[in-house]
This record gives sequence, structure tokens and C-alpha cells, in this order.
Amino acid sequence: MWICYFSPTLILPPVITEETMSLDHADVKQIAHLARLDLSGKKMESIAADLTNILDLAAQLSAVDTADVVPMAHPLQMAQRLRSDEVTERDCREAFQSIAPQTENGLYLVPKVIE
Amino acid sequence: MHNKSITALAAGLRAGDYSSVELTQYFLDRIQRLDTGLNSFITVCAEEALAAARAADKKLQAGEAGPLTGIPIAHKDIFCTKGVRTTCGSRMLESFISPYDATVVARLKAAGAVSLGKTNMDEFAMGSSNETSYYGPVRNPWDTGTVPGGSSGGSAACVAARLAPAATGTDTGGSIRQPAALCGITGLKPTYGRVSRYGMIAFASSLDQAGPMTTSAADAAIMLQAMAGFDGRDSTSAEQPVPDYSSGLQDDLTGLKIGLPREYFGEGLDAAVARSIEEAIGEYKKLGAEVVEISLPNTHLAVPTYYVVAPAECSSNLSRFDGVRYGHRCEDPKDLEDLYKRSRAEGFGDEVQRRILIGTYALSAGYYDAYYLKAQQVRQLISDDFKRAFGQVDLIMGPTAPESGFRIGEKADDPVSMYLSDIYTIAVNLAGLPGISIPVAPAAGSPVGLQIIGNYFAEARLLNVAHRLQMATDYHQAAPAGI
Repeated sequence: MWICYFSPTLILPPVITEETMSLDHADVKQIAHLARLDLSGKKMESIAADLTNILDLAAQLSAVDTADVVPMAHPLQMAQRLRSDEVTERDCREAFQSIAPQTENGLYLVPKVIE
Repeated sequence: MHNKSITALAAGLRAGDYSSVELTQYFLDRIQRLDTGLNSFITVCAEEALAAARAADKKLQAGEAGPLTGIPIAHKDIFCTKGVRTTCGSRMLESFISPYDATVVARLKAAGAVSLGKTNMDEFAMGSSNETSYYGPVRNPWDTGTVPGGSSGGSAACVAARLAPAATGTDTGGSIRQPAALCGITGLKPTYGRVSRYGMIAFASSLDQAGPMTTSAADAAIMLQAMAGFDGRDSTSAEQPVPDYSSGLQDDLTGLKIGLPREYFGEGLDAAVARSIEEAIGEYKKLGAEVVEISLPNTHLAVPTYYVVAPAECSSNLSRFDGVRYGHRCEDPKDLEDLYKRSRAEGFGDEVQRRILIGTYALSAGYYDAYYLKAQQVRQLISDDFKRAFGQVDLIMGPTAPESGFRIGEKADDPVSMYLSDIYTIAVNLAGLPGISIPVAPAAGSPVGLQIIGNYFAEARLLNVAHRLQMATDYHQAAPAGI
């Protein structure tokens, strides 16, 4: 399966070199925001260092010649299976919501989004 | 009793030597006595197990028993078990009572197996030592100061300590095979798509696969028989027919071509481990196999590729844990963003957070092509290496792990050093091939595993080849002292 992704890098791909690998606190904060993780209780230096080490590991890939290689998304060359448009599942809302932190009238409760 | 195989126990049950209730109680007592020193179980389900055992006894009395009826097993805590806590080794799911059974659980239940409980594991299957579990590390029953391997460390330790004759595990980068090697047991990772992933908490969807962990290939064949097969609920399930995994176990190996990748026997491999592997290869030669040196030239790229692909997929899969529908929710969230951020920060441990961050970065705008797409291309190259190799040989063999067990805490501060434990197992997941680890001669008293890699859907052949070594040697029968 090929996933199409339009990114600005089609025009100017970033070159991964030893020098660009290092992540600073601002980078880590931004990534944490995207991942919806609160890192306020943590030591930014050690997280940045750990992530940089892992990225250094990944940097070995940049030297590999992959011209004309089709990306492998999946070990078996499978296409998404389709089925007929018939209702086969039953309503399990009560069972599924019985374990939810907070619900009301079949709805999941979260802090107010719109003031 | 605890050293008996599934086949022997099943025969004893059918002959009426003991009931499933007695057998189940026997293992529950062993767990109570011995597991405090190992921590291999997160949840023991005594009541549910005995109820299942009573149902199994009825089937046995009615003459309706199958090979697994009444046999006690354990499930890695990554499989959703209806009505039973499923934690995935994490605080995030500390109180999660699953409303449904995973297909693997349902199939083993239907086959009459009795679940003793849920085994400990690295959090969200991320780890190679079972040290990242929120529920404490698992200890290797061979030497309780060393790690059992991971992420299926609890299942491996419990089978090695004979607390259950068999357990289920999952393998994304080696998590069945590596702990099987470190604990001296048999562990099989089937071909990707062979066993349903429905109800198996997802880590990396293109790599994850469930498999059996047992004391022998013959027992693994029985477990796989019940677990394998197409499942309409898993969109990546393969529509391959399931053969009889037990009927060909004793098949002759004359003319079998075994490939030894030169890259698996180079630098980084412990000398004592290498000797044990060479001895096992010698046994295969005696059984009529031909051994050939091959090359898998992109082997060194497997770990870097995996540490882009797996975290990327995990960052996507773990985004469902947001404190809204199930799992941990932080106290007094100020707003929606705070709910997500603090629930996740509190619920996930350090290794999981590290991998989510790496994965998020690798998939983010501006980096997707350079990291994830590139990794998927290298993945194709790694897979092509195996394709070429299987043009020359029937099976590939080598060590499962580069060294035998390391001390608990030894690699805790160095994630990358930990990642290198999976150097021989990871490529197999990237290619989606089946692999089995079986015990061979120990190295300085520590268990050593031989890994056998087969072509797609060649599990029957893998089990046959593994079984033939277990007929010629008795390493798989060794159990830790004091057990």
C-alpha cells in the first residue's frame, strides 16, 4: 500500500547529516506538543540527548542508495480487503462506555472546548 | 507434572489420571509459591481459571476433548481478555477491564485451554528486557539478577519456570524469540498475517505478530494450530489455509539447505554463544542437512530502519490513549489539551514517551520523506536480501541474541545499547518472515537460543526442523534449578 503525502520537502528535501541531527529544547517542546505529551516534569537535556542518539542511529539510512526503490509499507503485498455493505455488528455502546472515565447520555465527557 | 509437555498432559487428562481442575490448581499453587521471586504475572485469574477448568472437565468426560482441552496457559497482558484486566504493562491501562476477547484469546478458549492469568511485559511491548513494565521488572528464572529478555519477558519466564506449560507472546522486533532465547525455551513468531491481531493492543501495525511460547516445538505446533488462521476482523489477516503443524514434525531433513549469513557471525557476537550455535549446526549436518554460507548485506541497516518505522507506527497507534474513552485520565484537566497532555504524560513510561516522540518527529512535515519514507525503502532492500537468500537455501540459521542475559539495570541508561539486543531478530519482522528460537547448549550456564528463519508461511517446516533437533538433543528439557 502506498501512502501519498504532500510535503514541502518534495521541493527541497532536508539533508540529514551528523550536524543537523542534534535536537534542542525548542525542538523537543514542539514534538511533545504534536504528540500531546506534557514534558514539564522532565529533564529536557536528557530527553533531547536520548532522542538525538536515536536519530543518530537512524541517520545511517541517509547514506543508503534507494533510488527507484518502492517503499515497503507492509510485508505482504496485500490490498485492503472489502466486504459487502451490510450491518454485521451489534450496538455495544453500553459495554464500551461502562469503562469510560466520564460519560453522560451516551456521550463521552471532556473539558469544555467552546466557550 | 510441571515438566510434562502439552501432549503428555493432554494424555493424562484423557486417561483420567487427573482432572483439569486439579491440574489448574497445581499450576496456580506453583505461581503463588514461586512467582514472587520472578514477577512474571501481572494478574492471576484463579476463579476464572477454575471455572474454565470445570468446563473443560465436562468436555473431557463427554469424550469431546481436543489437544488443548483443559490445558493451563498464560496470556501476555497485551491481549484483550473479556472481563479481565488488560494492562499492556502500563499505568495507562492499570484499571482497564477489556469488554472483549482478542481473537487469539477466543480461539484458545474455544480449543479448551484454561487461562491462568496475564503475564508481565515491557510497557506497550517496547523493550528487550522486561524492565520498562509499570508493574516491575521480570526476573530470569535461570539467574534472578539477570533479565528474561523482552518484551514477552513474563511469558518466557513463566514457561521457563514451569508455572504454565505454554504462554502467548507477541513479537514486533524480536519480543518472542529474544526472551525465549534468554530463558531457554521455544518461541515462534509466525509470518506476518498468519495470526490475527484483533484485540492485540497495537504497537507497530506492520510488524506485530502473536505466537506461542512453550518448552518444545511439538507444543508450539499445538498452540499455533489453535491460534493461526484468517480473521475477518483483522484487515491484515492473510487468507492462507492453515496446514497441520504437527503431522510433519518428524519429517526427514536429508538434503535440507541451511544458510548461515556471514553478517550474523561477525563482530559483536559473544564467542561462547557462537560455539553453541556451531555445535547445533553440527547436529543438523548429522541429520543430513547441507550448510551454506550466504550473505544478507543490509543486515546492519535493520536496527536503524526499525527505530524509525516502529516508533512512527507506535506514535500513531498510541494516539488513541487520550483519557477520553478508556484508560488513565489525569485529575482536574483545565481544558482538552491539558487532558490529553497530562493523561498521556502520567500514563506512559519513559521508553514509551521516547518512542512516541521519535515517531512523531519522523512523521512530521518536513521529515517524513527523509525518515519514514526512506526507512520504508531500506525495509524493501532488507526484505529483498531474504528473497534472494531463499532462492539458494530453504532456511536461515544463526544466534537469536548476540549475548546471553545481561544484568537487570545494566542497560537502563543507554536505550541504544538495549536496541542492539535485537540485532538478529529485527530484520525478520521487517521482512514479515516467520522465525523460531530454540534452546541450544548454554554458554557459561546461561541459556542460548538458535534462531531459524523460514520463508513466508513456512511454519510447518520451521517446527519440523526445530523438532528434529529436540529429538537429537535435550537442551529444551533443561529447567532452572530450584524450580
